[in-house]
Amino acid sequence: MLAFSSIAAIILIFVFIGKEAWPLLHDSVIRKEVTLAKMWFAQQWPGYDAPEHVWQPVSEIPKYAAWPLVVGTLKVTLISMLVAVPLGVGAALFVSQYAGRRLREIVKPTVELLAGVPSVVLGFFALMVMATWLQQALGLDSRLNALVAGVALSFAIIPVVFTVSEEAFGAVPRSYVEASTALGAARWQTIVRVVIPAAGPGVAAGIALGLGRAVGETMIVLMASGNAAILSASPADSVRTVSATIAAELAEVVFGGAHYTVLFFLGVLLFGFTLATNLLGEFAIGRMRRRLGGMA
Amino acid sequence: MKRRKPARRRRVGDAVLAVGTGLAAALVLLIVAVILGDVVYHGAPHMTLAFLTQAPREGMTAGGIFPAIFGTVALVVLMTLAVLPAGVATAIYLSEYANPGSRVTRLVRVAVNNLAGVPSIVFGLFGLGFFVQFVGAGIDSALYGGRRVFGQPALVWAALTMAVLTLPVVIVATEEALAAVPRELRLASAALGASRLQTIARVVLPQALPGILTGAILAISRGAGEVAPILFTGVAYYLPKLPTSLHDQFMQLGYHVYVLSTQSPDVDATRPILYATVLVLLLLTFALNATAVVVRSKMRRRFAGAAS
Repeated sequence: MLAFSSIAAIILIFVFIGKEAWPLLHDSVIRKEVTLAKMWFAQQWPGYDAPEHVWQPVSEIPKYAAWPLVVGTLKVTLISMLVAVPLGVGAALFVSQYAGRRLREIVKPTVELLAGVPSVVLGFFALMVMATWLQQALGLDSRLNALVAGVALSFAIIPVVFTVSEEAFGAVPRSYVEASTALGAARWQTIVRVVIPAAGPGVAAGIALGLGRAVGETMIVLMASGNAAILSASPADSVRTVSATIAAELAEVVFGGAHYTVLFFLGVLLFGFTLATNLLGEFAIGRMRRRLGGMA
Repeated sequence: MKRRKPARRRRVGDAVLAVGTGLAAALVLLIVAVILGDVVYHGAPHMTLAFLTQAPREGMTAGGIFPAIFGTVALVVLMTLAVLPAGVATAIYLSEYANPGSRVTRLVRVAVNNLAGVPSIVFGLFGLGFFVQFVGAGIDSALYGGRRVFGQPALVWAALTMAVLTLPVVIVATEEALAAVPRELRLASAALGASRLQTIARVVLPQALPGILTGAILAISRGAGEVAPILFTGVAYYLPKLPTSLHDQFMQLGYHVYVLSTQSPDVDATRPILYATVLVLLLLTFALNATAVVVRSKMRRRFAGAAS
């Protein structure tokens, strides 16, 4: 029966996070303070000129707009993916196609080393060292911002993208490469037109898994993003992500109160999103296996 | 003259792709080197025996990190006790008993893979909602007449939360180890009249032990480094004494790094301590990972020898 512990875990996670978020939908006391509509539509608050999205859960009139957090998460995630995907896929391509045995024996363990670095250490490095460098190099106003958090986050994503992509490139049958070479294609032509398309679903899976990790990663963004819930598109502004909001605020809320319920609701959103990206990644890997398996 | 052009295009194309991907690889190496170099350079001078064995003093601007090391070790020991039986049982079911094509097997596999992708902060929410508020409060009302003993963040709940998080690590490693045990050994055992259970307990599991160990070590390394899952389930900012029972709170290395780097009253005074703490945490996780790699390669060699 222990064998079903993982299924039980998944179900229990869903049930018990959902249970704490459920009052948001039906509890009348909590719904006086916050509703789904109040979270997702701009509200006219006293002292503001126009309806706005504001996340200010600890104030005289608590405001729970989710958009600043969601946009913050997307911003940081996008930056991290823009760094991690070229580096991860590029390095994987290099290792599988160009690197000799000795070089491979250096790059692969180094990436594994990076994968083993706890995220709190990456957060520490971003906060103490990288933030200062980036601020000096780019002349930014705020030391901690979406850019610093995104770049630091990419360090956690690179190993995920690299490992899955490298495996995918390695799984392309030799016969494909040989056939392409026999037809007179140059090495780069073989790589671009044969190897990459064949490994495409695997690489996509790596990117999907990396995306799930980036959206859910907590300690790095908690430490390096500045944690200001500002709704803006600029990467130089401080941001507050969904995960960092839960981490920073849950310890100080009243159990069962409106704020508590909203934080668990944000947890349900995170859980649902990563579940979706994981299933997508799995689907892509399965498809690649079937495709390559069917042809061989 | 006409024939030279495609040849040059070939060379240029190859050079662009090789240099481009090579640069990506070099950049990744550089990132790792800079991070590790910075931590070792600033952290090593302060990592003394006294630092490892003393408690923090003067608002954590002096003294050592012993309580955090102790808490981390206590956490991963309890976690391992919980995760190993569950993880190994799942792996045995998947590789020895389950029909690989069946719907149930596929479901278990999907669950394992998805569990691996759940964000660590969600595990923290789960630990608070399930272990602390449901199981813990349930124990309190049943055994302690509603007095708060287990119904609050505690070492045992943090360890169990971490066990759920590391479950996929143990399952995947154990399954791999079981799959690597040669079929001949199972057949030989069956031919001698051993039942399936006897074969698994006396032949397969001992052979797979190094692989299971690898999984346990990787899980410990992960559990020692994660912070988000324990934020609401038992970790404490500062405690004057070490945890002595399952329902005590505890200090932990990763959380200590977080606290020192974000909530220090005096950043300059804390910096050497902070760097040394990071170095200890890194050394701990790297040493565990390196051990796992060594054990795994030994296991592979053993089976490679047995097959030939």
